[in-house]
Amino acid sequence: MSLHKGRGFACINYPIGMNLGGDPSQALVHSTPDGKFMVTLSAIDLGQGMKSVTRQIAAETIGVPVEDVYVDTADSDTGPHDMGSFASRGTHRVGNAVIQAAKEARGVMLEAAAEELEVNAGDLETDGHGNIHVKGAPGRTITVEQTAIAAQFRQGRTISGRGIFLIPMSDVDPDTGEMTPVSCFAHAAVVVDLQVDDETGEVEVLEVNSAYEVGRALNPKMVEQQLIGGAWMGISHALYETTEPYYPNRDHGPTDFNQYLMPGAGQVVNHNIAVLERPAEDAPFGGKGPGEMCANPLLPAVANAVYNAVGVRCDTLPITPEKVLRGILVNGGAQNRGG
Amino acid sequence: MSSIEFRKDLFADERDDALNEIGKPTIRQDILGHVTGRSPYFDDHLFDGLLHLRCVRSPHHHARIRAINTRAAQSMPGVVRIIMPQDVPNNLNTLLALIGFGKDDEALLQGNKVAYQGEAIVAVVAETELQARNACNAIQVDYDVLPHVLDVEEALLPNAPVVNETYPNNTFDYHELYDHQKLRFGDTQKAFAEADHIVEGQYQMSPIEQAPTETCGAIAAPETNDRYVCYTSTQALFFSLGTTAKLLDMPSSRMHFIGGTVGGGFGGKVDSLHEPLAVLGARLTGRPVKYSYDRAEEMQVGAPRGAERWRIKDGLLSDGRIIARQFTGFFDSGAYTRLSSYAIIKGTGHLPGPYTIPNVSSNVYCVYTNRTPATAMRGFGITGVDFSIECHMDKVAETVGMNPIELRILNAYRDGDMKAHRRTAKNCALIECAQVAAQKANWSIEPQYAAMSSLQGGGAERAQIPQTVIDDVGKIGARKHNAIETDPATNGTISSKPSSTVTPVHATQAMGDSVAPVSNSAPVANVIAATSPAAMNVPAVPATHGQTPPPQTFTQSATSPPAGAPSSQAPRPSPAPPVVSTDAPKPVEPYRPQQPFSRGVKRPGASPFVSGTRRR
Repeated sequence: MSLHKGRGFACINYPIGMNLGGDPSQALVHSTPDGKFMVTLSAIDLGQGMKSVTRQIAAETIGVPVEDVYVDTADSDTGPHDMGSFASRGTHRVGNAVIQAAKEARGVMLEAAAEELEVNAGDLETDGHGNIHVKGAPGRTITVEQTAIAAQFRQGRTISGRGIFLIPMSDVDPDTGEMTPVSCFAHAAVVVDLQVDDETGEVEVLEVNSAYEVGRALNPKMVEQQLIGGAWMGISHALYETTEPYYPNRDHGPTDFNQYLMPGAGQVVNHNIAVLERPAEDAPFGGKGPGEMCANPLLPAVANAVYNAVGVRCDTLPITPEKVLRGILVNGGAQNRGG
Repeated sequence: MSSIEFRKDLFADERDDALNEIGKPTIRQDILGHVTGRSPYFDDHLFDGLLHLRCVRSPHHHARIRAINTRAAQSMPGVVRIIMPQDVPNNLNTLLALIGFGKDDEALLQGNKVAYQGEAIVAVVAETELQARNACNAIQVDYDVLPHVLDVEEALLPNAPVVNETYPNNTFDYHELYDHQKLRFGDTQKAFAEADHIVEGQYQMSPIEQAPTETCGAIAAPETNDRYVCYTSTQALFFSLGTTAKLLDMPSSRMHFIGGTVGGGFGGKVDSLHEPLAVLGARLTGRPVKYSYDRAEEMQVGAPRGAERWRIKDGLLSDGRIIARQFTGFFDSGAYTRLSSYAIIKGTGHLPGPYTIPNVSSNVYCVYTNRTPATAMRGFGITGVDFSIECHMDKVAETVGMNPIELRILNAYRDGDMKAHRRTAKNCALIECAQVAAQKANWSIEPQYAAMSSLQGGGAERAQIPQTVIDDVGKIGARKHNAIETDPATNGTISSKPSSTVTPVHATQAMGDSVAPVSNSAPVANVIAATSPAAMNVPAVPATHGQTPPPQTFTQSATSPPAGAPSSQAPRPSPAPPVVSTDAPKPVEPYRPQQPFSRGVKRPGASPFVSGTRRR
């Protein structure tokens, strides 16, 4: 038995949002009488951080601390329409809708503050800490809370805003495939290092080095979590997972996690990530949504690394020990391609 | 240990980093509920008198249903209601009807002909899950087993069994014209003839389970205001609401859908099969009904990422520039459409990957087979073709003896390039990602590749739409009569269409992909120049290429396979503290019974069956 090391590369781009548009998202923002803000959505937080990202976007846009913003979502009676959390559309579509709603609410808030301070709303700025100042005269100030109280009880004004983001549905040419698909793309490149056991056919991934371009990391911790977890999922797809191991034959389909193989959390390999940020012009603060795409480059990178290690091209996923061993057998032994 | 760095030095002039909240590692508001196990999921909404729904499922890949006998089951203990296919008010739907894409082709409960193992036929609503299971086992379905087809290319043969009556050719109908989606850009056949090497390959994705910890499900209950509340694990609240309203022929305003904490989605929770049956069960029984998959159903009946088969043929010059790329793709949709037809549109818009190739053609088929329908999953429509493209790129690199990273950088798309779907590329960053990943992995690339940029070298000639050869092979139904080549046709006519036939659309706030220049909006005969015609859009080759051996870190085979030979050498075996009281799923809060499990709530709108949630 011997272990053969190999490395493989792959790079990809990934379209953000429902491909042909026609997928609106709405958001409503209003202030409470004590100057906190509610963002009302019907987008689903799958654990990916929908609520966190929209909360940060709302806070940034209104100009208040993130602690003063709450996100209420996933109730069809209170939340306005949203197409759903899929197609990497959450951050992009819902984020844009939240920006629009938050801008409108901010406008009303500044008007209310202007009335209290007896200045023009255009002369006001927020400090991000819950205060509204007259530009160039930091002494003339009012808190967001005082502004909200004044708007509610003295001025009779609702500090609120409505937002929607919609890229209208577009057509596809039947003969040429001409279309106006999604508006922005995320990018990634990965290098996978692994070793292959030429006796058992088992592949062990040793390390991943990667660069992911995400427009802007709206929340760097959540980006990190997505990228590490998503890359792990890509490795799992490459090496282990399928509901039909002998596709297209339907036999031997797994029915539980004893049969459906996935590596455990303890097998998450070391992953050194570089995050690049090239903001997309139509994305909220440029952010593109890293969730879906981060798994994709791992599949081919693993396949390319296996070839590099033992000279076996596994063009059919998953790359099971059986396929690796059969390939080695046909080749008359492992053929390391150098590296 | 894993590590992360933020390369703020790159694209710094395109970013304003002076922001207050964006870019901060803010902790999620609902973290305390998650880490203490108190965030409520759909399944935590325990209603007094909750009934359980289970389905009788087909044991066959393909069979006509002669008769369904429920007599024995009806009198079994705990059985409250048996729901037959005819009890579903509007028993035919397709998911993307909500955006007007495709024809209704799938029944919620199938009473005529089952087309995959596990297809639901009859639903039983009983007091306990066990009683529902037992009653399902007692229902006798008399089948007339039919021949089935499981392979995508066999399903396209003239004599193949018809899987889905709505699409009798076993393919989704594109534009009421073709049995596949075409992409045509330039003249791939001509470019193949001019290429120094041809590299071909075939790639096969496997069906993959989304594998959420929480299986799909919903709990519905009648409320006292003539409405139904539905707690669901859906990824798309209004998608599920709209689908339920259509199948049950009931105004959506009569339903109150509440989602929220989801135990993993990954695309597997958009199909909206549970909400309609749960609400229907509640409507027919007047009691709360829960319907969820068990793990076996989640894995074998729940829709997976569909398998895809891709064939790629590249024509390349010996310096590594790819001058033509042809795709033939087969998406295994399973028995019904769900989302596969749309995935193909998305996939087609993605071709030929993140590279600028002057001649691209593609035929992609959405094929019906007698297996579990496929649906969305992380990377929807892209994962499979990216696997294929990137494996293929390594074969191309080996064929011309190039460092695979350098090959990609050489062919990478750049700002201003024309994409095959005829829109201009912008905001590109593939080259930079490749450079940074190589650097992190100590995989050396030559200085000229390290110096390349997505911002430079694009556009100009590379922004042109070439004269394009089109064909009308593969009209809907033509394959029924004789087997037709599935690859893009080898002959066609020069397109007489203007280069931009699809009206570009604008977003409400910002613009989408920028539109192709319309300068050649009439067919221009000399778009392809006389000299090295097919390669004209390719960037100049870096001067030193060819003399420099690939770096030691990745030694390439010195001998290239002869032109035209497939390169495949091995056989293809088959800062603020979290606020506790702000969790989103508030809607259950307002009503708190003083006596648990008491019935008869008087408050308008409240369910008479609410009895609190688990874990309180």
